Amino acid sequence: MPEPFLSVSELHTGYGVTEILRGVSLAVQPGEVVAVLGSNGTGKSTLNRTISGVMRSWRGAIRFDGVPIERKKPSDIVAAGLIHVPEGRRIFPNMTVRENLDLGAYRRNRTRRTPSRDRVFGIFPRLAERQSQQAGTLSGGEQQMLAIGRGLMADPRLLILDEPSLGLSPLLVEELFALIRTIAAQGIALLLVEQNVAQSLEVAQRGYVLDNGRVVLEGSADAIGNDPNLKRTYLGM
Amino acid sequence: MVSSVILVPALLNGLMTGAVYALVALGLTLIYGVLHIINFAHGALLTAALFAAFFANKLLGIDPYVAALFLAPLFFGIGYALQRFVIGPAAHGEDRNILLVTLGLAVMIENALLYAFRADTRTINLSYAFDVVEIGNSFLAVPRVVAFGVVVAIAALLWFAMRWTDTGKAIRAVAKEKLGAELSGINVAHIYAVTFGLGTACLAVTACLLIPTYYINPHAGNAFVLIAFTIVVLGGMGSVAGAMLGGLFVGVVESFSGLYLGESLGQIGIFVMFILVLLFRPSGLFGERA
Repeated sequence: MPEPFLSVSELHTGYGVTEILRGVSLAVQPGEVVAVLGSNGTGKSTLNRTISGVMRSWRGAIRFDGVPIERKKPSDIVAAGLIHVPEGRRIFPNMTVRENLDLGAYRRNRTRRTPSRDRVFGIFPRLAERQSQQAGTLSGGEQQMLAIGRGLMADPRLLILDEPSLGLSPLLVEELFALIRTIAAQGIALLLVEQNVAQSLEVAQRGYVLDNGRVVLEGSADAIGNDPNLKRTYLGM
Repeated sequence: MVSSVILVPALLNGLMTGAVYALVALGLTLIYGVLHIINFAHGALLTAALFAAFFANKLLGIDPYVAALFLAPLFFGIGYALQRFVIGPAAHGEDRNILLVTLGLAVMIENALLYAFRADTRTINLSYAFDVVEIGNSFLAVPRVVAFGVVVAIAALLWFAMRWTDTGKAIRAVAKEKLGAELSGINVAHIYAVTFGLGTACLAVTACLLIPTYYINPHAGNAFVLIAFTIVVLGGMGSVAGAMLGGLFVGVVESFSGLYLGESLGQIGIFVMFILVLLFRPSGLFGERA
């Protein structure tokens, strides 16, 4: 079996002396959509932050496209094509939609911006309409689309979406998951970190369930969805 | 009531002084706005720049205005290196450490200057230092008019750079949303250092504008930085336009209080106004509401 596109093995990290991740291992194949599930406070965001280099790992290895990245700077990880769209959107509120998008392509050649922007506008027509609007004045759903659009501007080969549906109305969540399918159909590998279990497992091919900093369940999306332990034990339902 | 024959020159002179204050404050507010730290080494770096401009003239015979052209890039480099290789790594991500590191740097720079040059006060002699131009009924010292023009040009340049260049946009992005910037591929350590370098370059230019009419000693920079701190607070912490307007405003206040209270009490007006602003508009005269 070839080496996975993204592999995380026995990852440990935390804040101060508090260990949050206690040996997490997972893998994403090229073009694959993988869901990471788990209730609040199980280490999902910590995992993402460690993969994207914002947090340092204590122990364990992270490899992307055959290269170890656990000691690299976030900006170099972005340049390698691994993009993390963070929880809470983290857009630049004082800049226009267009400036936000262009900053997403900060590490790339200027000439690539227009085609990338056109591609993003193709997926999110509403962003095209609001190009010159201040990002801080967008609705929550539009801000989430902008955050994903900014991530796409970097021409990702793997996109980490951290809680994209958080705070959106059910109707917008439907729309968002349709857009996630569109992105996946373009061949971009996705690591989808969500609390929205049912819809995530519909989009994903495989999934992992985190609890207390460990992977407690992994397998195909169907298998996880049908696992009797899933709802009862790990998602607190 | 004092007639306009005195008021207009006082206003113009106040604006000229204020422009130089504004440039010191611009560097301070830029660093505060992006790194969210108060740079206690600002005064010591200004003093170092004054010495650099002084010796460029004394030893090499270079006119201060010409010296600005190479001292600005030199001090940009010094500021960049200080932040990237000293302050940043020493801080380990803790803001209170940064505070202490910049304070420590200030003590080191001042004492090194004191050791090397002693506490003597020095001046340079330039042929044009006492030239004046007549504007309306006002006679204005040429070096002060030059300083005003240069500061306005620099502020305009900086404003355009912040709006239209990639690096400027990256600086604004880091200032408002550091994590979002980092995950967009912006190297935050580099942007921090560039910002610190820009703030330090402002001091190099300030020094070259001051040296034709000002004295230097190893503590000369501190007087300006104290006023610059009040400007940064008046203008709204982190606001570039606020620093500019605040600087001009403070210059005028100082000039008018000098006129009404006597020259030696001129600076009292600044601090009285500062206390009033803190009481009634704590977010600054031009600052955004928190």
